[in-house]
Order: sequence, then structure tokens, then C-alpha cells
Amino acid sequence: MRPADSDPGPRGGRKPSRGLFFSAPPMTPSAGNVVEARDLVKRFGPLTAVDGIRFDVREKECFGFLGPNGAGKTSTMKMIYCASPVTGGSLRVLGMDVGTSARRIKSRLGVVPQENNLDPDLPVRRNLITYARYFGLSAKEAGERADRLLSDLELAARAGDKVDVLSGGMKRRLLIARGLINRPDLLILDEPTTGLDPQARHLIWQRLRRLKREGVTLLLTTHYMDEAAQLCDRIVVIDRGKVLIDGAPAELVEREVGREVVELRVEEGEEARALALVSGNHFKTERAGDTLYLYTDRAIEIMGRLKEAGYRRLHYRPASLEDLFLKLTGRELRD
Amino acid sequence: MNGWSIVPDVSTGFLRVWRRNLDSFRGYYLAAMVANVGEHLIYLLGMGLGVGAYVTLGGSVSYLQYIAPGLVASSAMWSSSMECTYGAFTRMHEQKTYDAVLATPCSVADVVLGDILWGGCRAVMSACTMLIVMAVFGVIGSPWALGVLVLMFLTGLVFSSLGMMATSLSPSYFFFNYHFTIVVTPMIFLSGIFFPREGAGAAFEWITWFLPLSHSVAGARALNEGRVLWEAPAAVLWLAAAAAILIPIAVLMIRRRIVK
Repeated sequence: MRPADSDPGPRGGRKPSRGLFFSAPPMTPSAGNVVEARDLVKRFGPLTAVDGIRFDVREKECFGFLGPNGAGKTSTMKMIYCASPVTGGSLRVLGMDVGTSARRIKSRLGVVPQENNLDPDLPVRRNLITYARYFGLSAKEAGERADRLLSDLELAARAGDKVDVLSGGMKRRLLIARGLINRPDLLILDEPTTGLDPQARHLIWQRLRRLKREGVTLLLTTHYMDEAAQLCDRIVVIDRGKVLIDGAPAELVEREVGREVVELRVEEGEEARALALVSGNHFKTERAGDTLYLYTDRAIEIMGRLKEAGYRRLHYRPASLEDLFLKLTGRELRD
Repeated sequence: MNGWSIVPDVSTGFLRVWRRNLDSFRGYYLAAMVANVGEHLIYLLGMGLGVGAYVTLGGSVSYLQYIAPGLVASSAMWSSSMECTYGAFTRMHEQKTYDAVLATPCSVADVVLGDILWGGCRAVMSACTMLIVMAVFGVIGSPWALGVLVLMFLTGLVFSSLGMMATSLSPSYFFFNYHFTIVVTPMIFLSGIFFPREGAGAAFEWITWFLPLSHSVAGARALNEGRVLWEAPAAVLWLAAAAAILIPIAVLMIRRRIVK
């Protein structure tokens, strides 16, 4: 069932599980790229959902796919886990072509979908056992893995419960456990924390970071910028089916937005006066509603001047991925 | 995705899909069996004992014994049709179970074939229950009646495939009213369960030859009366051929529906 295992790889194959979830997966034959998309296109009739994108997911990194709703994230994910045929371009996963090696690719992937598709006809533990069977695992192996995953994801107490009675966070954890049952080389998560409360989100983030430490390559989509900043080594931002930017989150923010942001609430007509006060400093400004955003590397100086002039409704914060995201996908910036 | 070839891309995964259905069935089998067999049991008793009191057939066969094998066939048709319409639509559309399975090494063909095979097994379960009832009423005419189960398995495959085709076109549960009103229910009255097709005119006989249930009924009745040749083998061939044609079509239609 796991064709890659026939190739022992540089470390001599899979060792007995030592990490919390499992030991690091073997090296894949392609030089470190787990996913390679080149000019990838997906069309649904007249609608082009993915419009010639290019990206690589490297081994053992956490790669983030960012974009507003309808940007083409889920379409791309579905092509990667072979649920949706590629319209154009090439897409290789674990060194194999998605068009010709779907079964072999899928045997080594874990998929955590955006929408809950746990089996409501089966209790919690039986969900995992049944899923393990689809991968050809023996009943004994499936049982052992299920028990271990349930305890790792803090679901052991609910093993016999019906899926319907679980909370949203528990369902999501069970989906993650299910995605790990075949010890995947690549775990794909489509908006893993959408709709969860902060406690549940943080627990999932911790588990995902732990998986990454154990050597699992993670590919996730999100429109929560804090999530991407927390988890991802590299990101791409896509919108309207095209890649807008790619790189490491912190570097991208600093390069594209700056280090700091001063937010200033201003009345109609006061904007010019405020801008005159801080002119001469290197910054970019943006007006959105009642707020003036000053993107800068000299926040203290700017704050000082504005305070001197009597402005009180000021807010200082470090620049974030959200600023970058809005700049790229949402509002116009003017220099 | 092996392109869009006509030959279904099947692996042993279909057995795992079948097994999933068996596992979930343990949670609701009593309700399912009552729903699938109950109606046909009422026909059997109401028509067999009630109407049967006014009907005299030539020979030693009572009307109850005449209609019983046909009602075994209709219960098999009914349970496999229910399984692959309401049941399959729930798994495909409501619960997204198909999506979950398709993220594993299983293909669309595995999923559809697993469900159709399960529909065949549901047909056999219903047929077993009906045969037990027949034994209680003393209308099993021959040990060959056990062979009816083979016939009912094939009947189940055929109606599961037809159900899957309806599922592939269905926007909601209401759509299945068409399937049951236009396809399934008429067969109960047109396939020779309650009166012989031969007696209703050559045109009727010719047209109803195309109904799968006609063959299930003829084969089941022959076996129950101890006639091994020729109706029963002919019915097996007819139904096996129909299943062989319909299953790949059902796979293609479901694939068209769910792979976008």
C-alpha cells in the first residue's frame, strides 16, 4: 500500500515510531520538493479558479496558502489530493504526477478537509479504524494507531461516542487524527481552525507544530493571518487564481509593509493636517474608513509628533501579515 | 484520476467500502429490515390469504404460494433501491462520506462498486427474511428455493445500479419520488408477481420482458416449484448481463456528479 517504502531512502527506511505521532518520514526521491506546481490551471466551465500558478512545497516545512474566499485555495488543494483533475500545467506530488499516480499519491497523503466529513454512522474510534482500512492497514495496526492518535489529540475519553455529539474543536481534532492514520508524508489542512474558539485553535496549533518537529510536511490554507504567522515557514498569497507573492512571512511583511504601524483615528478633513505633521519620515499611508494607517520604521518619532499636536486616538503596533494581505488583496496603498 | 476511461478503475478498495456499510448497518438493522420487508409481508398476507381465498389456480399450487416468490423478489428490489438512493445520496451529498473515502487510495469506482455490492447484500438479507416467513406459512415448495438467494443478489446489483444512476442525477431527496413512482413501484404490478405475464397479451409480455423484476420473479417462482431448468438459469443470465452493463454506467454517472 505504501510504494515509497520499497525505496529505503537515505536513512534506511521507516524506524519504529518514537515521536509522539510517529517518526520522521523517509526522504522523497525528488530533491526535497514534496509538491511542485508549474503553470497550474483549474477551470470549471467558463470560470477559471486557478490561473497558472507556480509554487513548491519543500520537505518538512509548513507551507501556507493564503487568500480571500474564492481565491482558488481549495481548488488547488483538491488537485493536490487528486480529488479534482488538473485542467492545465503540471502538478507533481511526492515526485509523482497527479494524473497518473493518484492511488499511490493518496496512500501517502493525509487530508483534513474544511468541511466536516466524519462518518456520523460510526462512533469516534470506529471512524479511525474504518479510515485506516481504506489504506489497507490491518485491524490490529489500525486499532493501535487509533488509540494512540485519540490520546495524542485528547479524544481518548470520547472513543465510543457518536461523532454528532462532539464539539466543533473535537471534530476538527478527530479529522486531524483521521488524516494522520496512514502516517502521511504530507498533511494537507484546508482552513484547520475556521470556526473554532481560541482554546481549540491554540490546541490545534500546538499539535501542528509538534507534527512539524516530528518531520511531517504540512500544507495548509487559511485566511487567518495570525495562523499563518504562527505556523508557516513560507507562504504564498493568491487571489483570483494567481500567486501575488511568496516567501517567509516575516521577511515579506518587512519588505512589503515595513516594521511598524501607527493607526490614527481622524475626522473628515483632518487628514491633510495630520499628514503634514509627520511628513519627511519614510512611510506609506493608507486611509480606510475613519482610520489613517501609517506604515513606517520610525513609529516612536511619529507618535511623538502626533501626540504633541494633540492627537489622542493613536494606536501603535508591529506590522503584521494582515497588513501585507490587505495591501495585496484588498485596499490600495498610496505612497 | 485515471483520466476519463470507460473501464472503471477498481481495486480491492470496494470491499473496504462495503465493509464500512456493514459496520454502520449494525446500528440500525432492525429499522431497516422492518422498512424493507414489512410492506412486502403485508402484500403477501393481504393478497395471498385475502385475495387468495377467491382465486383458484390449476394444479396443487395455492395463490399464496404463487405470489410468495415474487414478493421475495420485490422485497429484494425495494431494499437495494432504497439503499442506493436515499442511503447513497446521504453518504454522497449529506454526510460527504464519499469525499472522505476519495481522499484515501480508493477511487470513485471503488466507492460506487462497494455501495452497489452492499445493495446486493441488503437484497439478500430481505430475501432471507421473506423466505423464513414463507417457511412459517408452509409455502416453500422445494429445497431449490435456497437458490433464490443467488437470484436476489443479482436482482440487488441491478436495482442498486439503477438507484445509483438516480442518485447521480438527484438534486435532493424529493427526486427519488420519481424513481420509486416511475421505475420501482410499477414493477411490483407489471412483473408477474400477482398474475402471469403470459396471460395479459403478447404485447404486455414482450414489453415487460425488459423489466428486470420479471426475470427475478420468473426465476424465483420456478425454483420454489422445484423447476431448475430453464427459467432460473435464464433469469440468472439476464440479470447478470444487466448488472454487467449497468454497473459501469452507474460508476461513470456518479463520477460525473462528484468529480469536478
